[in-house]
Amino acid sequence: MGLLSKKDAALISDPLADNNPITIQVLGICSALAITAELKASIVMSVAVLFVLGLGNVVISLMRNIIPSKIRIIVQLIVVASLVIIVDLVLKAFAYELSKTLSVFVGLIITNCIIMGRFEAFALGNGPWRSFLDGIGNSLGYAVILIIVGFFRELLGSGTLLGFKVLGDPIEKTGLYATGYENNGFMLLAPMALITVGIIIWVQRSRNQSLIEDN
Amino acid sequence: MGLKEKLHSFKEKHQGKKWLPAFSAFHTFLYTPNETTHSGAHVRVVDDLKRTMNTVILALVPCLIFGMFNAGFQHYQAMGQAVDFLSWETLSIGLLKILPLLAVSYIVGLGVEFIFAVIKGHEVEEGYLVTGMLVPLIVPVDIPLWMLAVAVVFGVVIGKEVFGGTGMNILNPALTIRAFLFFAYPTWMSGDKVWVHGAVESAGTPDAISGETILGNLAQGNDIAYSVSDMFFGFIPGSIGETSTLLILLAGLFLIFAKIGSWRIMLSSVIGALVMGLIFNAVVDAGWVAETSKFYALMSTEYWQHLLIGGFAFGVVFMATDPVTASQTDKGKWIYGFLIGFISILIRVFNPAYPEGVMLAILLMNVFAPTIDHYVVQGNVQKRLKRLKEKTA
Repeated sequence: MGLLSKKDAALISDPLADNNPITIQVLGICSALAITAELKASIVMSVAVLFVLGLGNVVISLMRNIIPSKIRIIVQLIVVASLVIIVDLVLKAFAYELSKTLSVFVGLIITNCIIMGRFEAFALGNGPWRSFLDGIGNSLGYAVILIIVGFFRELLGSGTLLGFKVLGDPIEKTGLYATGYENNGFMLLAPMALITVGIIIWVQRSRNQSLIEDN
Repeated sequence: MGLKEKLHSFKEKHQGKKWLPAFSAFHTFLYTPNETTHSGAHVRVVDDLKRTMNTVILALVPCLIFGMFNAGFQHYQAMGQAVDFLSWETLSIGLLKILPLLAVSYIVGLGVEFIFAVIKGHEVEEGYLVTGMLVPLIVPVDIPLWMLAVAVVFGVVIGKEVFGGTGMNILNPALTIRAFLFFAYPTWMSGDKVWVHGAVESAGTPDAISGETILGNLAQGNDIAYSVSDMFFGFIPGSIGETSTLLILLAGLFLIFAKIGSWRIMLSSVIGALVMGLIFNAVVDAGWVAETSKFYALMSTEYWQHLLIGGFAFGVVFMATDPVTASQTDKGKWIYGFLIGFISILIRVFNPAYPEGVMLAILLMNVFAPTIDHYVVQGNVQKRLKRLKEKTA
């Protein structure tokens, strides 16, 4: 990439694979379980986290030299909270139905461990540009997992993708349903999201053995 | 060279090949392995895992055969046709419906086991032999085969293989499979259609028949429409193999006699269920529950009748005693079993949407079994430390 130096590019590419916030660091699991029953909700959640983490990292990075370290958590919380409120209000204004589906989980972005984790681990010690890239990278890594989980849960659980009936109509028995196929109700329950994330972790670690922790 | 030597030399020749575990699995069905231990102390016993599993399967066979007759019998009963229980008509329906379930369960489950054995390069584990037999016995007769196949793959992979295979699993695989079906396809695992063959197809037509179980009826506030002897001998609708309390009782005695099933778990589960039943009966007698309450029918069921209906007996004898997932310590087994019985009846009564409490109770206690063992062992350690202190002081 000509645009970014190699070191900067790694900030974006690492969290997508070998340092994924969900599958490797196991952060931000709550929201990954709660809102991935629909693909649309996963995407919106990803965009929201992208916005909050990208901007938040920049803000914290700019203020990193003036934040007294004793109260840095409070400062971080205030930054996230203000950004989350912006996201919440935008959703309520332009996508009211969706904001209802996401319900409390938009507000809970504040407590998303990935965000606090990146503020603490990266933004407090790096410049705004690198912090911005780090924020984008990590939220994209979060987004990838959310979208994979959301894709399978919506497809197998409701037979739809983004609300489109891709497998046919379950009531009129068209498409795949004519053969006796039925939606898997378990996919819509949170335990199945955990298992799906677990399977992704399993696949990733068996492809890249160096990720397996020593016992 | 006889067949035995031929097979042995075949194995030596192909030592280290990828598919050898698959061959070994069939080989050891016929003959004892010819490997000998060269060093260290070792004990040779005849009742290895495969023999143990076969004994349990032997205990399950009467339930399976009874289930086949019962499947046909319930079908004709619901249609209003008089038919002998032990007749070709009843058996043929049973064979037609249940053999495919059995075949799917074994082929899919063992298929997954073989794939994992070949990938991981270890011997095929025998754990699925019993699970494969249990699975068809704990599902409704009209369950679609592909659903069973999906559930078996899920149960074996997520319930067992991810933890490291037979002996390492936290949850009972057969119940994991049933729980998966229950939550994934609730319309096929509960309600008033699935328990009698033909009820699903006839639904909505003038010939519609009901296939409700006793528990399902009770949960809706109806009375038990069967006599106690019917419930004891098993002439009632339900999952395929769990209806006959008599046969399960005999199988339980057989397992205890063969020292495979734990009598502590079975006995304490029954005590637990009776205690919970007595508590509910007492609550009803005291007049604390109005007759209009939706819990009234199940709460007022005679405490001992809970043992006869639903899958309680089957679960306690065959699943709660699973040596891998149950508590290992003697004291732990009493606690584990008691809580299974206690919680089964609790779930049955208070959650009419999940009429079969014993499945969830066993899975729940599976999770807690290591914790129970931990505290039992720690308690023992503390006791002995104290004794040591008193002696040395």
